[in-house]
Amino acid sequence: MISLTFVLNGKITTIETPPDRRVIDLLREDFGLTAAKEGCGTGECGACTILVDGESRLSCLMLAAQLEGRSVTTVEGLEEGTNRVGRIQAAFIRHGAVQCGFCTPGMVLAVSDLLDREPKPDRERIREGISGNLCRCTGYQKIVDAVEAVISETRGKGQNT
Amino acid sequence: MNVLLPSTAEDLWRILGDNPDALLCAGGTDLLVKVRAGMIRPVSLVCLERLDDFRGIRDEGDTFSIGACTPHTEIVTSSAIDAFLQVLKKAVHVLGSPPIRNMATLGGNICTASPAGDTLPALYALDAELELWSRSHVRRLPIDQFITGPGKTTLRKGEVLAAVRVRKPAGKFIHHFEKVGQRQAMSISIANLAALVKVDQTDTIENISLAWGSVGPTIVRSREVETALKGTKLSVEGLKQVFPLIDRALSPISDVRASSTYRRRVSANLLLRLAVHEGCRT
Ligand SMILES: Cc1cc2nc3c(=O)[nH]c(=O)nc-3n(C[C@H](O)[C@H](O)[C@H](O)COP(=O)(O)OP(=O)(O)OC[C@H]3O[C@@H](n4cnc5c(N)ncnc54)[C@H](O)[C@@H]3O)c2cc1C
Ligand code: FES
Ligand code: FES
Repeated sequence: MISLTFVLNGKITTIETPPDRRVIDLLREDFGLTAAKEGCGTGECGACTILVDGESRLSCLMLAAQLEGRSVTTVEGLEEGTNRVGRIQAAFIRHGAVQCGFCTPGMVLAVSDLLDREPKPDRERIREGISGNLCRCTGYQKIVDAVEAVISETRGKGQNT
Repeated sequence: MNVLLPSTAEDLWRILGDNPDALLCAGGTDLLVKVRAGMIRPVSLVCLERLDDFRGIRDEGDTFSIGACTPHTEIVTSSAIDAFLQVLKKAVHVLGSPPIRNMATLGGNICTASPAGDTLPALYALDAELELWSRSHVRRLPIDQFITGPGKTTLRKGEVLAAVRVRKPAGKFIHHFEKVGQRQAMSISIANLAALVKVDQTDTIENISLAWGSVGPTIVRSREVETALKGTKLSVEGLKQVFPLIDRALSPISDVRASSTYRRRVSANLLLRLAVHEGCRT
């Protein structure tokens, strides 16, 4: 067991855990944060995407010890409609980009990483940005529409955060 | 499984000394998949992600030194790589997906030594040299002497791949990389080709290096094909002349993704793209 300290959705957190516990299990089972989903367990589907120090990572391919001193964001950390992740979520809802919802938490965080690096991606680049996140329901069209809406809203308000 | 995270090279050598059977873990995108599948059962993992000495892109004048633990995202977004090593940038751009590229490293792709590893043909075409460090020793060797077979390298116990050294191609080269997979994003290469070509004003090939992936036990670099093409016009007809030589150089297998016959045909045809390459008049 190790004593692990990291920032989880803005709060400094310490937990006793085996160092080789997968981060997805740590989040879902030990913290009860079930937004990150296990689709494949092998890096292929993106359902387990989280942000570590603001970058998208796959929590099925990370071990608890790797989180020491890092800052983790899951979709539970969003502030409804106000911060970036919250605005992306709101746009997904408005544009019907959520059907069964299994891919949505990972998809929203992948979009957040994309918009951090590139504020105005075109549809092609949006598709590339979410290419690691599989969706079996929407056909991606509405997801791309939602991301475009976030971009034009952001531009309208002249804000990037 | 014990998970150790050294933050200095000194820590690393001490930990490796104390845990001789530990496995190294960079991004974990190959390693942790194998652990999960029960293919390997390490007692301890030594994570390289906090070692600044092994990370980052250094411009040393005529050479780049790329830290082995540099994540692919950093390579793809580097303006220096964009300016001088487009062939590597193009290869990394089609490797995995954004989160995979955020985690996975160049050194991990090399040490996994998969015949389908996407950065490998680019690194072979660039004649990359690897720098390996152990506690008391540094050695350098060409990448084709490091990778000896599928999943096999000459990495010694206690050694870590520290950096990849690549000379800046002198003069104006066409940098080409193309991958054929089952879908556009996130697919393992069925065949891929990296090429560096220099032509004169009349489109005559002055210099060319070609490296194919996924069509042999390791990357295939054929000096015979390269020599045959030097001094010829870069054109579809000219390139087709070397198809028999290419056929002889490749030894593809059939697997779930493609047959060996398809791999042979597509590998030769991949070369034709050079004739219509931007910056090359016809
Ligand atoms: C969903 C998915 C998609 C993928 N798509 C592609 C793709 O399109 N193309 C492709 O080529 N690959 C792909 N891969 C494979 C993998 O992501 C790459 O090979 C990646 O570059 C490995 O880097 P890593 O840092 O994660 O390696 P790790 O998994 O950390 O390590 C791999 C191996 O190298 C050793 N190692 C790592 N770093 C060092 C070092 N510095 N010194 C000595 N030994 C070291 C480790 O001990 C281990 O044996 C994919 C993987 C996944 C899960
Ligand atoms: S569960 Fe992690 S990528 Fe599918
Ligand atoms: S909404 Fe069902 S998987 Fe995307």
